[in-house]
Amino acid sequence: MTKKNKANGSSIQKRLIPTYIFLIIVSFISVFPLYWMFAAATNNTVDVARGKITFGTYALQNFKTLTAAQDLGRGMSNSFLYATVETLAALFICSLAGFGFELYHDKHKDRLFDVLLLAMMVPQVATMIPLFKMMSHMKLLNTVWAFVLPAISTPFLIMMFRQNSRSFPIDIMEAARIDGCSEIGIFFKMFLPVMKSTYAAAAVITFMNAWNAYLWPKVVMSDKTGKSQTMPMLIANLSNGYKVDYGELMMGVLFCSIPTMIVFFVLQKQFAEGITGAVK
Amino acid sequence: MKAKKMNVTGKQQRAGWIFLTPATVLIAIMSFYPMIEAFFMSLKTGSSAHMKWQVPFWKNYYHMFRDKLFLRSLGNTYLYLLIEVPIMLVLAILLAQLLNNKDLKFKGFFRTCVFLPCATSLVSYSLIFKSLFATTGLVNSILVGMGIFKENFNFLGTPSTARAIIIIALIWRWTGYNMVFYLAGLQNIEYSVYEAAKIDGANGWKTFWKITVPLLRPTIIMTFIMSINGTLQLFDESVNLTAGGPANSTITMSHYIYNASFGQGVANFGYASAMSFLVFIMVAILAAINMKVGDKRD
Repeated sequence: MTKKNKANGSSIQKRLIPTYIFLIIVSFISVFPLYWMFAAATNNTVDVARGKITFGTYALQNFKTLTAAQDLGRGMSNSFLYATVETLAALFICSLAGFGFELYHDKHKDRLFDVLLLAMMVPQVATMIPLFKMMSHMKLLNTVWAFVLPAISTPFLIMMFRQNSRSFPIDIMEAARIDGCSEIGIFFKMFLPVMKSTYAAAAVITFMNAWNAYLWPKVVMSDKTGKSQTMPMLIANLSNGYKVDYGELMMGVLFCSIPTMIVFFVLQKQFAEGITGAVK
Repeated sequence: MKAKKMNVTGKQQRAGWIFLTPATVLIAIMSFYPMIEAFFMSLKTGSSAHMKWQVPFWKNYYHMFRDKLFLRSLGNTYLYLLIEVPIMLVLAILLAQLLNNKDLKFKGFFRTCVFLPCATSLVSYSLIFKSLFATTGLVNSILVGMGIFKENFNFLGTPSTARAIIIIALIWRWTGYNMVFYLAGLQNIEYSVYEAAKIDGANGWKTFWKITVPLLRPTIIMTFIMSINGTLQLFDESVNLTAGGPANSTITMSHYIYNASFGQGVANFGYASAMSFLVFIMVAILAAINMKVGDKRD
């Protein structure tokens, strides 16, 4: 049997050649624009326009032009602050809700859950004006709260925690109760550690969404001095002039992309696991 | 859905309610309430503090369907939707199917590459594509260099190519994202199911349609709804890749609504709300149709 498999092995690989070629082409198309971003960030605008795709020596110059034109440090720290607060708050609130909906479920809670799911159909552009008025009324414009409040509780995250907690061992909960553990104690001491991979996946999604958000911050964080602007707003400003310095622009895009890329590479596996709902 | 047998006491029930209260309250205040308010605002006119009821109250809606620019933004959004979503989802399923092959080598590498565009923000990739397709950009210099074009072509300054580039950019950004959902779905299908199909003499094509697609159906429906939802709300690309131009020929609904409420010029919250309420109705209808279609094939 094993011999036969080995003999089959090479012919199988041969049959896969078109697959490999296709995948290589798709991979190249997927990666190239990002490679080009890195390369362009190190070239001056003339070389970028000329179509140079190798690395150049203008990285420092581009960085200097960028920091002279925009407050890069503030943009980065704003984005970090907003994204971190949003991620922590969303993870806590939504996991608590998912825990409550799944492990304490009854007819009424199931019905309420169905109602909450309707919020998935609510487009951001439809709530943007009333929410802007609300934030303006509460004097929260240009504060972290205006940024995070509408994004903390999402049906998507609640559903994710709810579905992934289907495999949570209920017998353990009973045992803990007999030992005198409170309900919130069960959440912190048992649910949290068991659901680690779901938390990781939820954190990746939420952090990326928060970091990449554009429409909502443009509405509520657009103080004229730019003191509350996020990275996507900052780089969008760079390309608004009549003459765009491509080297400078790509340096900005690079800074805007690095954090999410790091998150992506470090937590990619947990991300995939979290989506499948495989809790181990 | 399996029913769990539990003897939950009243105290525990209360604890359950407490756990889901913060999330429920936030959704009510941050989604449902603004949605209702948006509807009432859509019957008014003016901006911020000075809003009056429209006479007649449906005037904003009446005006909407006579507003050429709005109709164009509607048409653009549907054009992007109808072309981009099918291509992207088919490509995503195909890639997932190819990457789910047990005998394939470098699977992790390919998967990471295809998924990588998701690591960029919508504004970032819009600006990257804007630069690539600029009149003095890489694509032009390659095409001119190879002699395909005689002189640099203004891709983003020509309505048809500008729209095509938005679609290409969208496919580039979102195919890997959807593929991950399918890959996760495929991994839940036992390999023995495929083995059995092979023994029964089913070929790849048949296996795909008879096993993969039916078993992936919930995932396909979910990605379909997500994509429709996302495309109907397209904003970042329209603003940053083409700025809605040339001459508003690529503008999307969300972009137009933003311009009407927070852009330059006189803000018209009532009219913007009316347009945004239409977006809501479309998202809801399409999602409902999708659910119905999904249920029927059971």
